[in-house]
Amino acid sequence: MEFLLQILVSGVVTGGIYALIAIGFVIVYKATGVINFATGELMMLGAFFCYSAMTALHAPFALALLVAALAAGGVGAAVERVVLRPLLGKRAISVIMVTIGLSAVFKGLAQIIWSGEYRAFPPIFPRAPVVLGSVILPSRQAYPFLIAMGAIALVALLFRFTRTGIAMRATADDQGTAFSMGIDIRRIFSLSWSLAAVTAAVAGVVIGAIGGISPQLGAVGLRIFPVVILGGLDSVGGALLGGVVMGVLENLAGGYLDPLLPGGGVKEVVPFVALVVILMIRPYGLFGRREIERL
Amino acid sequence: MLIGNFKETYSADEALFRTATVRAWMGVLAVGLLAFPFLVGDYLLYLANLVGVLAIGALGLNILTGFTGQISLGHAAFMGVGAYVAAILSTRFGLPFWLAVPAGGAGACLAGMVVGVPSLRIKGLYLAIATLAAQVIFEWIFTNWTGVTGGIRGLNVPPARLLGFAFDTDRRVYYLVFAVAAAHTYFASNLFRTRVGRAFIAVRDRDLSAELMGVNLFRTKILAFMISSYYAGIAGGLWVYFTKVVTPENFPLSLSIQYLTIIIVGGLGSIRGTLFGTVFVTMVPEMLKAATQSLRPFFPNAMSYLFPMRDIVFGAMIVAFLVFEPHGLAEMWNRTKRFFALWPFKK
Repeated sequence: MEFLLQILVSGVVTGGIYALIAIGFVIVYKATGVINFATGELMMLGAFFCYSAMTALHAPFALALLVAALAAGGVGAAVERVVLRPLLGKRAISVIMVTIGLSAVFKGLAQIIWSGEYRAFPPIFPRAPVVLGSVILPSRQAYPFLIAMGAIALVALLFRFTRTGIAMRATADDQGTAFSMGIDIRRIFSLSWSLAAVTAAVAGVVIGAIGGISPQLGAVGLRIFPVVILGGLDSVGGALLGGVVMGVLENLAGGYLDPLLPGGGVKEVVPFVALVVILMIRPYGLFGRREIERL
Repeated sequence: MLIGNFKETYSADEALFRTATVRAWMGVLAVGLLAFPFLVGDYLLYLANLVGVLAIGALGLNILTGFTGQISLGHAAFMGVGAYVAAILSTRFGLPFWLAVPAGGAGACLAGMVVGVPSLRIKGLYLAIATLAAQVIFEWIFTNWTGVTGGIRGLNVPPARLLGFAFDTDRRVYYLVFAVAAAHTYFASNLFRTRVGRAFIAVRDRDLSAELMGVNLFRTKILAFMISSYYAGIAGGLWVYFTKVVTPENFPLSLSIQYLTIIIVGGLGSIRGTLFGTVFVTMVPEMLKAATQSLRPFFPNAMSYLFPMRDIVFGAMIVAFLVFEPHGLAEMWNRTKRFFALWPFKK
């Protein structure tokens, strides 16, 4: 029981962070229809921005996080303007490949700027564990989860209440109508990429704070595909639920199946098996728009 | 300027190589390729073999992605299936290479069908994600099914033998690889002159219209998937006899991406472009390496930037081709040819 509870808790924590990365992915997909394979690398860049602000500039964590978010937002907007816009309306393969190309460029740049070695993140969380009733959470699980949830809540509030957020939702719903209502679609595209990069950066900082950072950190980005497929590619709520479900599933598989199979690594593969199953049964996911065409 | 090119029969008009000039150039190319191993050093020969193997795999991916319009991020996994089938048949069951390599192709073809049947019911972006899942799952199987695949230590394979002749040096492997690559290039060029190949193109251009014209969409897509995986499997089988060892690290996601890069750089939906692309994408890192080495006297730590620079150049190449030259090297070639076709009259 103790073991199961522990697995569930760490699953929810991992899942919360997956959800945060996935939300950035969903924002871009909803607004521009682009499958962003560079999400993981944007995350890695964000983590390094924060790291540099803290170590080189000796900024306090909150300020460093802000700097990282702003810098990542700038990168996101630049990527949209320079690379994605010329490919607007091009074939799916071009758009997918261009984000893959970008991810390679980011990884290479990060290796040149910060070197390929693994670094420990400066300690940013209080060491004392968090006590919730009878459950005791180690601080390296509790605070990342809280930050991830806080960021998700901020994004949700932004979408719900601000003018820009409503414009973004309108654009996602129907570009033509939104445009005729005077919404600057190009600005929305650019903002979507910025916002996605910012959420990715926060997720990167959180993951880096748990396990250290290196230019290879972006590999985590692939894990969001099962999450977004489960939740539905264009559903923000789905990303949240999908993240938590996949996080728990992954940890359950790691906890119970790993000892049974030689070689291990079940944790990495189970979400993708689940992905294939979901694609066969319900390809639009739990909350995705049912526009998918079948043969 | 091309003159005096008259056709008197339909077969002459439909021929793969339509003019005497083209046939002459193909002859020059063939002689050049046959003489190549005697003209270059070991390292270039090794690269040539690598190009030959990758070209077969890339042709397969271009048949699927460039001609049929289905994106696959799992091409390396199918190559891996072919490699493991060939390696296991030759080490455990002692099959000769001329049976093991086609068996690898058949195995990959079957794997392609298994992955294809569920994923081809969904379109575009979802297919890319489904094949990504296949890549991850196959890679995991290669690593973890240690009883069969040998796990991360992999399998060692004896050299290919034919009638007592061992393909044990790179020069001998070269002829093997290039004979197979030439046969597969020829098959691919002819494929798109048949009903099946035309159906592939029709599905890519507009699936609905293709279906209205009597193309069975599902069967066509599955067939494209199978042919593509078969090519990957053959490439994998040859890979085994070329490197003599097969490990899970030989077939990572980055290889799938490299294949996609090859066909984008070369030109989607172009056989010739695929071959250009393979050479280009294989040579760029080598040239980068040479450039870095020559900078070493001036920047002592230049070599430490080699790997990151490779990532950057690789990524930048994808982005630049997609943005500035979306039809790839094949289009550049055609432009050059068009220029010379009207050369003395139009400058």
